[in-house]
Amino acid sequence: MKILVVCGNGLGSSFMMSLNVQKAMKELNIEGSCSHTDLASSKSEQADYYIGSPEIMDQLNDGKRKVISLINMFSLDEIKKALTTHILEG
Amino acid sequence: MLKKYLTEEMVQFKEEAKNWEEAIQLASEPLLKNHLIEKEYIDTMIENVKNLGPYIVLLPKFAMPHARPENGVNQLGLSLLILENGVQFDGGKFANVFLVLAAPDKESHLTLLSELSTVLSSQEKVDALASAKNYQEIFVILEEEAK
Repeated sequence: MKILVVCGNGLGSSFMMSLNVQKAMKELNIEGSCSHTDLASSKSEQADYYIGSPEIMDQLNDGKRKVISLINMFSLDEIKKALTTHILEG
Repeated sequence: MLKKYLTEEMVQFKEEAKNWEEAIQLASEPLLKNHLIEKEYIDTMIENVKNLGPYIVLLPKFAMPHARPENGVNQLGLSLLILENGVQFDGGKFANVFLVLAAPDKESHLTLLSELSTVLSSQEKVDALASAKNYQEIFVILEEEAK
């Protein structure tokens, strides 16, 4: 399982978000890796799931990629819920 | 670490801003004044939001405007603006806390961001930041984090 956290620049928000996604993955026992990058690079990087803010996910969603939008990327509850719905039950 | 960068000089309190563009400009002033960034950096941050949407609103109330190192960053820095009345972004997102991040490369700011991430994971601390009235209150929130 590879999760890619994406933000506009790939150096600030996606890094912080990936810390929380990793925490959530651990708590939910999801095996895999989670890295972070910027929108432009993410378009050429393969991942099982892409996570980010709704604006960024809208631009990445081409109907083929599996995208997960987060409103509050610091809410561990919201991340866990999103991972559960999309990955564990998906 | 956060405390080391968010000195009193870098923190401002204002009643309101005309719009989010002005909020980003106001919030960046201490960084510009101290030559940590060039004016180009402010323009790029605003341009980024226009192009990519308000992704800098990391969670309700809290925005972290930033651009890339090559867009005019001289030195690692943070500045903070707390607006009594927040501003609205396109699409309905709202923020009254603006933390401007100036990162000179891809690594030097990561410790700061991990610390910030701990602060933002606590809804209580986010609320306290958003309603802070003076530097002392900010200092206390950051102080707790350093423990």
